[in-house]
Amino acid sequence: MNGEFLTPIDAFTVIDLIFMSMLVVVGIAIVRLKDLFAVVMLSGVYSLVSAAWFVSLDAVDVAFTEAAVGAGISTVLMLGAMLLTARQVAPTKPARHWVALIVVCATGAALLYATVDMPSFGDPLSAPNAYVGLEYLKRTGPETGVPNVVSAVLASYRGYDTFGETTVILTAGLGVILILGLGGPAIKRKKTASARTKAAKANESKILGAHHVVLRVVSKMMIPVIIVYGAYVQFHGDFGPGGGFQAGLIIASAIILYALIFGIDAAKEAVPPSLVRLGAALGVLIYGGVGVINLLLGGNFLEYNILNPAHPSHGQELGIMFVEIGVLVTVASVMLIIFYGFTSRQPDIKDKDW
Amino acid sequence: MSDLLHILDVIRPYFAGIILLSGGFIVLIGASGVLRLPDFYTRLHAAGVTDTLGALLVLLGLILLSGFTLLSGKLALVGLFLLLTSPTATHAVANAAHKAGLKPRLGTVQSQPPVDSSGDPS
Repeated sequence: MNGEFLTPIDAFTVIDLIFMSMLVVVGIAIVRLKDLFAVVMLSGVYSLVSAAWFVSLDAVDVAFTEAAVGAGISTVLMLGAMLLTARQVAPTKPARHWVALIVVCATGAALLYATVDMPSFGDPLSAPNAYVGLEYLKRTGPETGVPNVVSAVLASYRGYDTFGETTVILTAGLGVILILGLGGPAIKRKKTASARTKAAKANESKILGAHHVVLRVVSKMMIPVIIVYGAYVQFHGDFGPGGGFQAGLIIASAIILYALIFGIDAAKEAVPPSLVRLGAALGVLIYGGVGVINLLLGGNFLEYNILNPAHPSHGQELGIMFVEIGVLVTVASVMLIIFYGFTSRQPDIKDKDW
Repeated sequence: MSDLLHILDVIRPYFAGIILLSGGFIVLIGASGVLRLPDFYTRLHAAGVTDTLGALLVLLGLILLSGFTLLSGKLALVGLFLLLTSPTATHAVANAAHKAGLKPRLGTVQSQPPVDSSGDPS
């Protein structure tokens, strides 16, 4: 345990230290700022820096997820949530909260104490580098034929956990629907054709006359590319970093980009909220359906080998592909449910309400 | 002919290093500009230099280093993406500030009327 401080410091250690200090600085800035807009932007910066740090630690899959979730979609969702509230933190009187200070200090001391027991960086005897991890590395190739071990562990060996995660995402979407409403009826009211074209024309002239021309042109060029890239991430997940979670976020952010530039009503016509709600449930159904098919074929739940008894590894690839499609559909749909839920409401709290 | 190719192959890493260094230098200039320039629009101008020329030079250097491979193709795609999105983002930020009524600090004393009457200069 003492040896780690005696080893010569290489360039990667220095880079890691720089990234970690940047994270601390950004965290302190987030705590001290009063402007919510800046806080949202800084939390995106925090995620981007930690994604870069994960890349430097060779955890590419985690970095990809962090960049897509933290820096990408959650920044947009928090901006959407910020539309419903004020731009500033509610003013509080400066006061000394002694109990809070004691609790924070005790927790910090406990965490510091716990880090002493952590295995040192790169310890060959630590849990991830021994036992199960080695088993996965040894068995993934012959058993599943999937080059990216992370994908195989996520969708096959730990298929139950991922099924649970997908269900959790669906539950989060349901929670947002329960709290914020369906976000649907606003457009259904003006369903008649003439009213709709009139509204569209008014919208068109408003946008064309305004200052969004560059954004519209560039985003029209970008959105198809982003969706194709999402499909690449989805179907390339077996061979490199990627998979259903990241691909779902990328595709959802393409649609959110469309909504930000062309208006929420246009986005709701292109991707109706009812379709999005259907998709959220459909993804979990696809995932669970693969498991049920395995059961019907005589295997265990989510045991993909049974899908192709002659070549069990082909069955694994098939099962992983369908399961990832289920994850993609649920993740993309739930992100859009949350976005529609936030943006379809009138602001409740304004700055002058404080 | 093969001699020429060989010479090109030998000088390629040095050439790539020079381009990478100049890209890093431009990023540094942009960072110091963001810190030192007086108001929002001039700072945005400095940040835009970092986004476009600095990042593209770094990418070009990396392409030269990796040679004629798939990696170079991916880097070129990243460069194309940056070339499209960075100026758009800079434009969007500047435009939003202009619409929100933020006036440039520099040059407003002499040229007040033209700044008000003309449209968006950016």
